Amino acid sequence: MSAHIVFRDVTKRFVVRDRASRRRTEFTAVRGVDLDVERGEFLVLVGPSGCGKSTLLDLLGGLTEPSEGQVLLDGAPITGPGLDRGVVFQQYALLPWRTAQGNVEFGLEAAGVPRRERPDKARGFLDLVGLSGFEDRHPHQLSGGMRQRVAIARSLAYDPTVLLMDEPFAALDAQTRESLQDELLRIWRRTGKTVVFITHSIDEAVYLGQRVAVLTSRPGRVKEVVPIGLGDRTEQADLRSSPEFARYRHRIWELLHDEVSRAQQQEKEVAAV
Amino acid sequence: MTALLEARPAVDEERPTRDRVKRPSLPRRVADALLTAVGKVAAIAVLLAVWETAPRLGLVDATFLPPFSTVVDAWWRLATSGQLLDNTGASLARSLSGFGLAVAVAVPLGLLIGWYKPVATLLGPLLEVFRNTAALALLPVFVLLLGIGETSKIAIVFYACTWPILLNTISAVRGVDPTLLRLAKSVDLSGFRLFQKVILPASVPTVFTGIRLAGAVSILVLVAAEMVGAKAGLGYLINASQFNFAIPQMYAGIITISAIGVVFNQVLVALERRFTSWRVPVGS
Ligand SMILES: Nc1ncnc2c1ncn2[C@@H]1O[C@H](COP(=O)(O)OP(=O)(O)OP(=O)(O)O)[C@@H](O)[C@H]1O
Ligand SMILES: [Mg+2]
Repeated sequence: MSAHIVFRDVTKRFVVRDRASRRRTEFTAVRGVDLDVERGEFLVLVGPSGCGKSTLLDLLGGLTEPSEGQVLLDGAPITGPGLDRGVVFQQYALLPWRTAQGNVEFGLEAAGVPRRERPDKARGFLDLVGLSGFEDRHPHQLSGGMRQRVAIARSLAYDPTVLLMDEPFAALDAQTRESLQDELLRIWRRTGKTVVFITHSIDEAVYLGQRVAVLTSRPGRVKEVVPIGLGDRTEQADLRSSPEFARYRHRIWELLHDEVSRAQQQEKEVAAV
Repeated sequence: MTALLEARPAVDEERPTRDRVKRPSLPRRVADALLTAVGKVAAIAVLLAVWETAPRLGLVDATFLPPFSTVVDAWWRLATSGQLLDNTGASLARSLSGFGLAVAVAVPLGLLIGWYKPVATLLGPLLEVFRNTAALALLPVFVLLLGIGETSKIAIVFYACTWPILLNTISAVRGVDPTLLRLAKSVDLSGFRLFQKVILPASVPTVFTGIRLAGAVSILVLVAAEMVGAKAGLGYLINASQFNFAIPQMYAGIITISAIGVVFNQVLVALERRFTSWRVPVGS
């Protein structure tokens, strides 16, 4: 059986207009990315800022197309967005005029679920993310963590096989973040979805991922994929302070360290031009 | 299921309960409401008091600024003779038709221009020229083309109301949060459903700002138009009263217009609240 998601030698270039010379130049965001994600796997992507993580996720979501190479889902090239993939955005992207329940129903409407079934289903998914009792609140009446849970419930509602998450917990405080991480792991285990998760936090990467793919600085390539052998996270108390956890964290930190300084060097050069 | 709940104590504590927030007692609430009401009318009461006393004390010429009570008197006489009702009716009919037409035309047109690039490129330069031409400067043109009857008056109100609504609607559509558009794209919404479920509701607040501006404009422009060539209407009443030196009557007309302006605005604000109750309350 082939992998659920396959990046095969994927390159993405953007056309940008140079301000000084007013010429159109090509800008390579990622170059030659090869990566397999197994069905039901939890894969985390880390890399220096601007290395093309969001670009890879957009390619998976069908929001952009690769300039070269192929992105395969179930063996077939991705041709556009679809409900088999659910995207959770960093900025929540909730519809502010809809209640929590209305936002989850938005996902159901997109999937063509009959009107009569929507309210019950939506409430069920809100319950799954621990938000029963908040159905009638508008986004501005919810905390950041609750908003992100609504967004997760919305993505789960149309039952995608893949969840694409771009730094979904980046804006949250440490406690909320940790409780949402546990919640996500629980949902992942229960639903068996394939998850591709982007983060800036090495801790988060080690805690969540079965494997962590470290990308190089721009143009992004996969530098190394680190399998994390920590077993069931939620069964173990205070896993984060265990020596194995520290070892994985250090390994990824090492891999990232050179790339981050190279990325910063690049940014300085761009600024100097 | 218990394990789930235990792992999320924070959620249970956050669960809203209806009776936790105690409402203040009835006498307390009545007192609060009275206090706010007094605060709101205080400034107006002071203005009226000054208006009443200044002419009486000879601080201003009572011929040009009669005391408020005299104006009220004149207003009452106008009201009972039916003149006020006729003129107000004439004005309202004109400004509401012009305003209503403008809403009906400018909102759909604005949505179209805001969303479809080609339409924007086609109509953009035209819009630039017209929006920068003061509506009242075009009044003589309207009169020439449409005569001095109702048509030209409704037309000028329509014209003047169109711009704030059109421009706000265009910027509303262009200003839709790009993350919401990405969300819509990610669930494969397109065409009509994208418009109906995302763009339209997201635009409502900004469109309403335009509608509210247009409400004020409709009265402003109409009164000016009625002063030029009309046989009825509040603008006509004011102008004719001044011409006949019926000064208290002139002020009565002015007060009526302000009152209509305030009421119209309040109605639009209430409508706006009704449609945008989901918004983050600003400054309250
Ligand atoms: N639409 C676009 N047009 C031009 N350049 C783009 C576009 N989108 C992204 N880029 C560039 O491609 C590179 C990769 O962007 P991307 O958003 O994927 O980075 P990232 O790894 O997600 O960064 P971060 O961690 O800061 O979110 C960046 O240098 C960015 O400037
Ligand atoms: Mg990013």
